[in-house]
Amino acid sequence: MGLRAILRKKTEYFSIDVDFFCPEGKTLVLIGPSGAGKTTIIRMLAGLDRPDDGRITFRGKVIFDADRDICLPPQKRDLGYVFQDFTLFPHLTIHGNASFAAKDKNDVDHLINYFGLAHLRDRKPHQVSGGERQRCAICQALARRPDLLLLDEPFSALDVVTRRGLRAELKKIKEERGLSVVFVTHDIHEALFIANSILPIVDGKVDRDWLEHITSPSSPRDAQPRAVREPKLALVY
Amino acid sequence: MDFLPLYLSAKLAVITTSVLILISAPLAYALVYAKWPGKFLFEALVNLPIALPPTVTGLYLLYLLGPQGYLGAIWKEVFGGTLLFTFAGIVIATAVYNLPFAVQPIKATFEKIDPRLRENAYVLGISPVATFFRVMIPNCINGIAAAAILVFLHSLGAFGVVLMVGGSISGETRVASIAIYEAVETMNFSEAWILSLAFLPVSYFLLLLVNRLTRR
Repeated sequence: MGLRAILRKKTEYFSIDVDFFCPEGKTLVLIGPSGAGKTTIIRMLAGLDRPDDGRITFRGKVIFDADRDICLPPQKRDLGYVFQDFTLFPHLTIHGNASFAAKDKNDVDHLINYFGLAHLRDRKPHQVSGGERQRCAICQALARRPDLLLLDEPFSALDVVTRRGLRAELKKIKEERGLSVVFVTHDIHEALFIANSILPIVDGKVDRDWLEHITSPSSPRDAQPRAVREPKLALVY
Repeated sequence: MDFLPLYLSAKLAVITTSVLILISAPLAYALVYAKWPGKFLFEALVNLPIALPPTVTGLYLLYLLGPQGYLGAIWKEVFGGTLLFTFAGIVIATAVYNLPFAVQPIKATFEKIDPRLRENAYVLGISPVATFFRVMIPNCINGIAAAAILVFLHSLGAFGVVLMVGGSISGETRVASIAIYEAVETMNFSEAWILSLAFLPVSYFLLLLVNRLTRR
């Protein structure tokens, strides 16, 4: 059970070649420098890009298999996806966006309240802040009641305080709903806060040395995240 | 003074615009997003009326809509009449002639839309057809309206193709642009001026509307 992905794809600058597993109800963080192929990987999981080769299964259901020429379109993958930037539908209100693909309208009201958007429900996306837009994007994805949530650097455009608040809200609702999450970031603090396991990606490949390098004691102490310095927050990968 | 040509022009423009927008919006969407072999060949064909002189397009249509042409034969089979020198015939001719003028601006509007909006709809489980109606159309409505107005204005002044396919039959195909031409030919300048002046405020107001719709 869980998400199993073997993905191979040639890009303009390098080849992506990864093989990973995200257990049911856990959060896997893909971390790496910008341009490492993280977004392409998560887009392949969502069905927005097609791998050249490989296989993806979630809860035993095959959603991509190059050998059997199976490639389910994004609509049939039953997942939630939150983009890096704000991709709310500009012609709809916050409530209209949150309920765009909702399976249960009552759940939308619950999510809107949970993410503190109730007072903004009739506003358009351009009338609210970046953090509120991204909260709405998470509501929109969760209202579909997915079992797997994919997040592509969802907080990268937000200020530190908003980012912290959203991370905590996301972690809480993920636990409540038992979601499996694949989270892309280049921020080690974020990764350590949210992850059950971390997959470091460099040039399209898993590179554990890169993670050890940026978290090693030889790195300047100031550059190390607090979480890494504290042994109780162990790094798992 | 015969105002029937003005009425016919307005009727022709309204019907042609309605038909063209219904055809052009999905066509432009397919040209932007669908991947199919020979798409560039098809797009060039759609744009051909821009490159051809109206009388040349008119001549091809004259053959195509005539009893020996494919469309004319099908029409005769289904409706039992001819398309040439009829109002239906000039609607088809004007629509063909204006097709690129509708498709190109709508296509440009679709191209301006952030592709992630469409992708977001897909990952939310929305089908491509539903995405077209629920996401693309509402976010392109100003561009589509602007294209509709331009097509309306273009149809209002259609001359070459209308003359070739429809001739000048009063109450049927004698639209304002042909009536103006004939009035000048017969030295009836007062009628030509009155008909021409009717175009001016309408065209000016609609162009202002296009500017407003396309202003960012």
